[in-house]
Amino acid sequence: MVTTRFTRKRALFALLALPLALAACTGDDDGDNGGGNDEGGGGGGGESDYTFAVVTHASAGDAFWDVVQNGADAAAEDLGVEVTYQGSGEPDEQAQLIDAAVSDEVDGIVVSLANPDAMREPLAGAEEAGIPIITINSGEDESASLGAITHVGQTETIAGQGAGEQLAEAGVTNLICVIHEPGNIGLEQRCEGATQGLGGAVENLQVDINDVAGAQNTIQSSLQADPSIDGVLALNPAIGVAAVDAVAGAGSEAQIATFDLSGDVVSAIEDGSILFAVDQQQYLQGYIPIVLLKLYLDNNNTLGGGQPVLTGPGFVTQENAATVAELAEAGTR
Amino acid sequence: MTSAPAAASSDERVLVSGITRRFLQRPELGAAVGALAVFIFFATITDAFARPSGIANWLDAAAPLGIMAVVVALLMIGGEFDLSAGVMTATAGLVVATLATEYGLNVWLAFAIALVVGLAVGLVNGVVVVRTGLPSFIVTLGMFLVLQGLNLGVTKVITGTVQVRGLDDASGYDSARAVFATTVEIFGADVRVTVFWWIGVTALATYVLLRTRPGNWIFAVGGSATAARSVGVPASRTKIALFMTVSTVAAVVGTMQALRLTSVQANAGIGLEFEFIIAAVIGGCLLTGGFGSAVGAALGALIFGMAKQGIVFAGWDSDWFMLFLGLLLLLATLLNLYVRKRAEVMKR
Repeated sequence: MVTTRFTRKRALFALLALPLALAACTGDDDGDNGGGNDEGGGGGGGESDYTFAVVTHASAGDAFWDVVQNGADAAAEDLGVEVTYQGSGEPDEQAQLIDAAVSDEVDGIVVSLANPDAMREPLAGAEEAGIPIITINSGEDESASLGAITHVGQTETIAGQGAGEQLAEAGVTNLICVIHEPGNIGLEQRCEGATQGLGGAVENLQVDINDVAGAQNTIQSSLQADPSIDGVLALNPAIGVAAVDAVAGAGSEAQIATFDLSGDVVSAIEDGSILFAVDQQQYLQGYIPIVLLKLYLDNNNTLGGGQPVLTGPGFVTQENAATVAELAEAGTR
Repeated sequence: MTSAPAAASSDERVLVSGITRRFLQRPELGAAVGALAVFIFFATITDAFARPSGIANWLDAAAPLGIMAVVVALLMIGGEFDLSAGVMTATAGLVVATLATEYGLNVWLAFAIALVVGLAVGLVNGVVVVRTGLPSFIVTLGMFLVLQGLNLGVTKVITGTVQVRGLDDASGYDSARAVFATTVEIFGADVRVTVFWWIGVTALATYVLLRTRPGNWIFAVGGSATAARSVGVPASRTKIALFMTVSTVAAVVGTMQALRLTSVQANAGIGLEFEFIIAAVIGGCLLTGGFGSAVGAALGALIFGMAKQGIVFAGWDSDWFMLFLGLLLLLATLLNLYVRKRAEVMKR
């Protein structure tokens, strides 16, 4: 009895120590970065002990947002500043993450505006605290009214139009537009744009990005249900890849295009199973805001003159896929 | 056993030990120790956590969860689950926002209608569970999917999009916000008014559980519905009332969120139901029913909120967020269990 109690107690202590140890590890990492910055980051002039918080509407593990995070991290290293990255798809949680950054007295906030109304109050708190804000990705129309100094992103409707036009050129007349985040207004705008650009029939299809296998089934079912569908427009690289399998599984001849890149998407473009990808170069949406915030704080500069700084759309097709492939594998495209 | 209360009231020495014993027996003791441990942990390793603005931040995260956890705890003590409670918050938010922005209804009237929807959803859940004897897990899972589908489908049909926006322009918004979603400045920090609602709901639920006849009924039906029925407890009505309480309070919390964000997403609320249950269990509720406490559930939500925001303040890599959160919750639960076991030993 005594021995079991001791081992139990020891196990409990070990468990208690685990998060502490993990915390210590991440803490050490931060410390190393900080140390490196002090030595190497002097070139930018002025102090470089800024901390910027990047708060997005993406849950962890999203292929697209991982590249944004890589961009922000790379900028942090290049400029010798510290960057934290957090994200949540629930608007109230994203709002609380901004509140947390304000309480933490960061020097600048980068925020994506999938749900601009929900960010109004926390961003007002940031403005009140004198923290400069840059908005990224979607939400360019609301950016200025939320007190942001600049918006870095892609105009969704225009990008959608471009995709629609390219698909029309490829002969697509009956398209499904796959929406993977039901609450995201930017995705709806892409599909609207695609409808305008295509000039043919467009049906929106709802799937869940947290269940890509389920999304593939849904796409496959709708292709089977309506054999006249000759085009699939995915709005996320993972869904784009799922669409390739779905088209094959349904024995359909539909052509596939997707928004945004991943290593898999680029190889699918290379082998011809995906027609093209609309590239919004999201690496820039992570990298540029950090640069802009530092310039704003050091030199009071702003970019864009009240207009959004556009990072897209660019198109990746079979012709330029090889060049992009390496970069996508490295997690920067 | 039957003579024990009589002895306690007549013998003062037994009375003293009775109070200590009762304190140690409380299901929320472990959760209180867990909450304290989590607080000290984050207050030590981060600067912002114990600042007034930091405290306001994690209280804000814990409050809506806490309100729901308390009523979910009542339901769990009564021996049932409600998996539709998370999505119900979004349904209510969408009802309020849609009626107010698309049909120009006053926010208060829209809120009243959302309450009716909440009552109806709870009634359906409760009646189906009680009449069929099916596990509430399955019945409310069905309701969860029904509501999830309705949320998206109806919102798209009515608004043509997937977000209902512009609630702040609706009539009655300002007064509703003042009641449900504003912030109050305390020690220089903006504390969300939902925190006070949370305290109020916890106090009311505790009173009902421990001091009223329906409170006894809840413990009785959760312990054994058949035994409860045979001693005259209206078991079916108690369970139905519990389901209705949960979904109606979910409607209130959903309205709070809608007023606070001034917009509602059609896919909101999914997955929250498990957070409610987790908070209630950390707070000492048994999954089998018949045992638990409202204060414990509130403390469970507090632990959850502190851990969630504390990880952010600590700047731990967000890729590992769920791991950290899971480990912290497990630790808090283990500590809870350990304290309770110790308390049982000391009772002898």
